Amino acid sequence: MSIKRREFLRLAGLSTLLGLGGKAAFELIAPGQLDAQTYAPESHALKAKRWAMVVDMRKLDEKTAAKCVQACHVAHNVPDIANPTTPAAAVSPEDQVRFRIKWLWTEDYHNAFPGEEHENVQEKLHHMKFLVLCNHCDNPPCVRVCPTQATFRRPDGMVMMDMHRCIGCRYCMAACPFGARSFNWKDPRPFIKNVNLEYPTREIGVVEKCTFCDERVSKGQMPACVEVSNGALTFGDLGDPKSKVRELLRANFTIRRKAHLGTLPQVYYIV
Amino acid sequence: MLEQAFTGSKKYFGLLAGLGFLIGLGALGYYQQLTTGLGITGMGRDVSWGFYIAQFTYLVGVAASGVMVVLPYYLHDYKAFGRITILGEFLAVAAVSMCLLFIVADLGRPDRLFNIIKYPTPGSVLFWDMVVLNGYLLLNIIIGWNVLEAERNDTKYKKWVKFLIYVSIPWAISIHTVTAFLYAGLPGRGFWLTAVMAPRFLSSAFAAGPALLILLCLIVRNNTKFDPGREQIQTLAKIVTYAIIVNIFLFFCEIFTVFYSQIPDHMIHFKYLFLGVEGKGQLVPFMWFSLLGMIVAAIAMVNPKIRQNENTLAWACGLIIITTYIDKGLGLISAGFIPNPLEHITEYWPTGLEAMITLGIWATGFFILTVLFKIAVAIKEEVRA
Repeated sequence: MSIKRREFLRLAGLSTLLGLGGKAAFELIAPGQLDAQTYAPESHALKAKRWAMVVDMRKLDEKTAAKCVQACHVAHNVPDIANPTTPAAAVSPEDQVRFRIKWLWTEDYHNAFPGEEHENVQEKLHHMKFLVLCNHCDNPPCVRVCPTQATFRRPDGMVMMDMHRCIGCRYCMAACPFGARSFNWKDPRPFIKNVNLEYPTREIGVVEKCTFCDERVSKGQMPACVEVSNGALTFGDLGDPKSKVRELLRANFTIRRKAHLGTLPQVYYIV
Repeated sequence: MLEQAFTGSKKYFGLLAGLGFLIGLGALGYYQQLTTGLGITGMGRDVSWGFYIAQFTYLVGVAASGVMVVLPYYLHDYKAFGRITILGEFLAVAAVSMCLLFIVADLGRPDRLFNIIKYPTPGSVLFWDMVVLNGYLLLNIIIGWNVLEAERNDTKYKKWVKFLIYVSIPWAISIHTVTAFLYAGLPGRGFWLTAVMAPRFLSSAFAAGPALLILLCLIVRNNTKFDPGREQIQTLAKIVTYAIIVNIFLFFCEIFTVFYSQIPDHMIHFKYLFLGVEGKGQLVPFMWFSLLGMIVAAIAMVNPKIRQNENTLAWACGLIIITTYIDKGLGLISAGFIPNPLEHITEYWPTGLEAMITLGIWATGFFILTVLFKIAVAIKEEVRA
């Protein structure tokens, strides 16, 4: 016996004393493994105190927006439920809506900013397609409700998703006020045309969403959507007063989606 | 005592076989869901919780309502309920078992179920729901079993059992409160964002649960030599009456706040339920039936003639069970998602397979209930003989 009865009792007693017996005991047995894992940053990784994004709608036409969505979804093996790779996998139009997986997509003004529109808004707002994505909130309700910490907030503000820990309870989908989370209602693999081998595909039954391209940022690259946005999307550090995002926020009037809910969204829109 | 479960009439085994068949069907459906994903249900990205979570919510209420027989007996020394506390506790055991099964059925990755324990997260209400539901299940099994065994041996149960009984009373309130908090604390869901959610849950639970218990008492009386008692049933009926009136009152409190404040994000869900929005309103007839039926049942229950006649009482109880079920089991969950936070409207209706799995879980619950009631009634008959 590698552990004496007396020692075991002492440990068990101690961990019970620490309140959350389970958690404390786990920390004793396998220290540091309670928190979900992410990519280890490389030396040339981009670093920030607080990542944020500015969407400049003056520069974003529908074509550019579509290019951004395409770049994101290809990079992350996001299935295109409307276009299966085999005819056998095809689903009905209603099911395409139900099963759709969206990391980055476009919405009309009154859907992206419900309650903000009025009868006489600028004509251009009626035609604008707003790029929407996870807001990487500073006070994210999805993280608050997740029972396994499968979704968690990094110190630099990225709201992450551990798809290997997720139990698929979908509490985060109920909690997100932006509809930014998608669930794999079906096996996504028959709906991915060209699999990007650099990024995992998903299994049935887990939730996924935009992660601000943490895998690219850790390699020193800008997020995939930003790269192809012709300057309409800016990604940078809010903690750095000289950063491009701070400059844009200083110089322009910006709005955020549902700011009144107090989730502190970190995607800003210049209209 | 368990041996009582293995002996019985043809009717008893026939009932178990029938329930077993439904369980088998449900298991087949679940196998399909397990292999091809939750896409076999009617849920989708907009309405991401559906029938399973709704049944779970309704049954947490049924489970919590066990306290309505336990509390008067142990705290107010209301002796008459001594005869039926065991039925209340065993009903709670069956109901919580169904709740847990519905949660598991709703998980995308049930194989990772134990991640909730492996990575305990006190900030998540779901974590606490897991704690209180499992705790309540354990409490009721231990209490029910020990009290029944003591009754059989004509002795008094041990002191620590009494302590657990006192613990179980606030615990029952907690399971439905925590379940209400699952919904009532989400910033983007106007329909659920209300402080009366937990009180409303409790009031509808304390109407529906005892109403179900009344029907079960009548069934037990008609099929066994054990009579739960007329006085017991009449006291339960009064509890049901108060609770259903409080439930209707709280509903109108909600309606006042939502429609006098005129805040669109809150009004739109009620409009969807009772009027329909953008031509979509498949729940409208159900919701009106539920609301009007609840009012009719409340008026009936207040009337002593109807309440004291056990035939009409049974009808009123049936109406209360159905109307509160529509309210919680159909309206409450889906309306929280319709319209979605981006104000798109996608409706939800369970699929055949989803209904089959649901029925299988209900059958599992009634299987447990039948066995437990059989044991309890056999002991009661034995003691009285």
